[in-house]
Amino acid sequence: MTRSADSNGQPENDGEIYHHDEAENLPPHSHHDDETLSEIDTDAYWRANVKVLVVLLSTWAFVSFGCGVLFSDWLDQFSIGGFPLGFWFTQQGTMLCFVAIIFIYHFWMKKIERAHGVDDDDVEQKIDTGAPS
Amino acid sequence: MSAQTLSFIFVGLSFALYIGIAIWSRVGSTKEFYVAGGGVHPVVNGMATAADWMSAASFLSVAGILAFTGRDGAVYLVGWTGGYVLLALLLAPYLRKFGRFTVPEFIGDRYYSKLARVVAVVCLIFISFTYIAGQMRGVGIVFSRFLEVEIETGVVIGMAIVFCYAVLGGMKGITYTQVAQYCVLIFAFMVPAIFMSIMWTDNPIPQLGLGDKLNDGSGLSVLQKLDQVTTDLGFNTYTVGTRSTIDSLAIAAALMIGTAGLPHVIVRFFTVPKVSDARKSAGYALAFICIMYTTIPAVAAFSRLNLTESVNEVAYSEAPAWIEKWENTGLIAWKDKNGDGIMQYRPGHAFSPTKPIFTEVRGTYGERVISNELTDSANEIYVDRDIMVMANPEIAQLPNWVIALVAAGAVAAALSTAAGLLLVISSSVAHDLMKRTFMPDISDKKELLYARLAAVVAILIAGWFGINPPAFVAQVVAFAFGMAAASLFPPIVMGIFSKRINRSGAVAGMLVGLFSTLAYIIYFNFIAPEINNPEHWFLGISPTGIGTLGAALNVAVAVVISRFTAAPPQEVQNMVDDIRIPAGAGVAHEH
Repeated sequence: MTRSADSNGQPENDGEIYHHDEAENLPPHSHHDDETLSEIDTDAYWRANVKVLVVLLSTWAFVSFGCGVLFSDWLDQFSIGGFPLGFWFTQQGTMLCFVAIIFIYHFWMKKIERAHGVDDDDVEQKIDTGAPS
Repeated sequence: MSAQTLSFIFVGLSFALYIGIAIWSRVGSTKEFYVAGGGVHPVVNGMATAADWMSAASFLSVAGILAFTGRDGAVYLVGWTGGYVLLALLLAPYLRKFGRFTVPEFIGDRYYSKLARVVAVVCLIFISFTYIAGQMRGVGIVFSRFLEVEIETGVVIGMAIVFCYAVLGGMKGITYTQVAQYCVLIFAFMVPAIFMSIMWTDNPIPQLGLGDKLNDGSGLSVLQKLDQVTTDLGFNTYTVGTRSTIDSLAIAAALMIGTAGLPHVIVRFFTVPKVSDARKSAGYALAFICIMYTTIPAVAAFSRLNLTESVNEVAYSEAPAWIEKWENTGLIAWKDKNGDGIMQYRPGHAFSPTKPIFTEVRGTYGERVISNELTDSANEIYVDRDIMVMANPEIAQLPNWVIALVAAGAVAAALSTAAGLLLVISSSVAHDLMKRTFMPDISDKKELLYARLAAVVAILIAGWFGINPPAFVAQVVAFAFGMAAASLFPPIVMGIFSKRINRSGAVAGMLVGLFSTLAYIIYFNFIAPEINNPEHWFLGISPTGIGTLGAALNVAVAVVISRFTAAPPQEVQNMVDDIRIPAGAGVAHEH
């Protein structure tokens, strides 16, 4: 394959672009071949991950220690569904927020991992999206 | 049919189901035994985790704690559920990527040390046995109260059932049994709750019913009525807290960190196929738990109302039948202090010691006579908090099959947790102690045999604790959380998020955390229980909350010691890099 073929924008399936030949011989726990792994900026991924954790754990601490304990009494002046708000947080609200935090984390990380190419989506799916049709 | 016959049928049917699952899911390899082959669907795992973690105490005692302590008790709800956020964000995905079988295995590999692994095994066994004793006791209590067999017989029957599916099926058997147990226990908990909510408010959703208006035409809401009743009788107002802020914070933190550090919960996330599944699964687990945990406050409020209405200022001779029934089992006692034949329910303990000591004699009105010393309090009633859930079906005048359902649910809650704990004990002994430390050359088949033997021994020890309990159920379980917070959680999190924490730091941290927490708990509960009050507590933190300080101490010691000793070797740092990236988790592998 020559450079000119590339610059013409003609996809040529002559064996060089299709680099899954090698990946298929790797053990099942790594569908990214060595070449891809070295290209991935794992540090950037880790920084993004830590950022997500800081945001979500701050929310978690705010809800549990804040709404649940520290200013729970102050929140009682508002009301929700017949409950004083602070009391509602201690009995139900914090728990609902916790469930929401975990699912937000799941979807947020999924997005970040796809963007950084470190996701663990199924191998079949990878080949489907990767192959020109 | 009588409630007792129905209870036998329901509990018997549920046992038949568990044993059927055990036979269907027999395992042949250590991988299946330890992590169910690593192929459990995240929703299934979430359901199993919920049953794994919701214990006899969750099912029987938490509603009672809340009913008697009102807002103060809610810190337990916040603490126990909040731990799942830590578990999902800080542990589950990374440990799944690590992809081995046990928690001590991670600690041993990350801190490149047999000593660290053995210390982790010791912490794990300590935590698990503390917790399991409460579960076996719970099984015994349910048997004795619903089926009227001796507690000892109940414990032995429970041991036999767990033996079947834990020893035969290992993690695979436990997973699918726990799914069945979750369905049984959630149904058993929700049915009486829905009926009670309708009874008081006409609202069929207990979570909403709690905030609703009463249906008696008084115009008051449930919470206003509760506040009124509690204040009138001199109790703490139901919706107002009395615990100090620092202690509330410490207890919430200790329970959260403890939940995230419980080995039998962590290991459930080793069983899903992928890293992203571990995160998703934690979300499902908490959602399944919250179905029950958001219902608990409603059950607590309605039963407190029920109890006060049907007991206070009611003549003993005209009391509803369930009072006499539960008096016969020793969960209710009445001493007519002022001789008017009417039961007065007031704050404070009615007698000393708190628990009634019954004599064989019956009093003037047919009540059981107690031999305790009387206190100055105007209170004449002793009510065990566990009664709140167990007596609910009768208080709400529900049909007998609901009573039977609650019995089956309580047994399911106790057995599911006991089995999960037995599994982590047996896998730690067989895998971490034998295979990875002392007998590295044994074959897979041999290891599986040892794992099963360890499970048998663990069941026998647990049964012994169930028959000779160290303290009452919920108290014992609270200790397990403190110890998990102070010993296991910090080294795992630091092992993932820091490459600098080394062998010496981690081992010293675990030991300091475990023993300082243990010492504090033992001192205030067993050596000097008379000074177990806020004045004498360190910084005003109760023994239940001390796990927070233990965890902080663990981290401090680990960081300082690691700073002055050599950094971990390069291959360990590479391993940390690897577990931080989700791609390529594969199935849990052997080495």
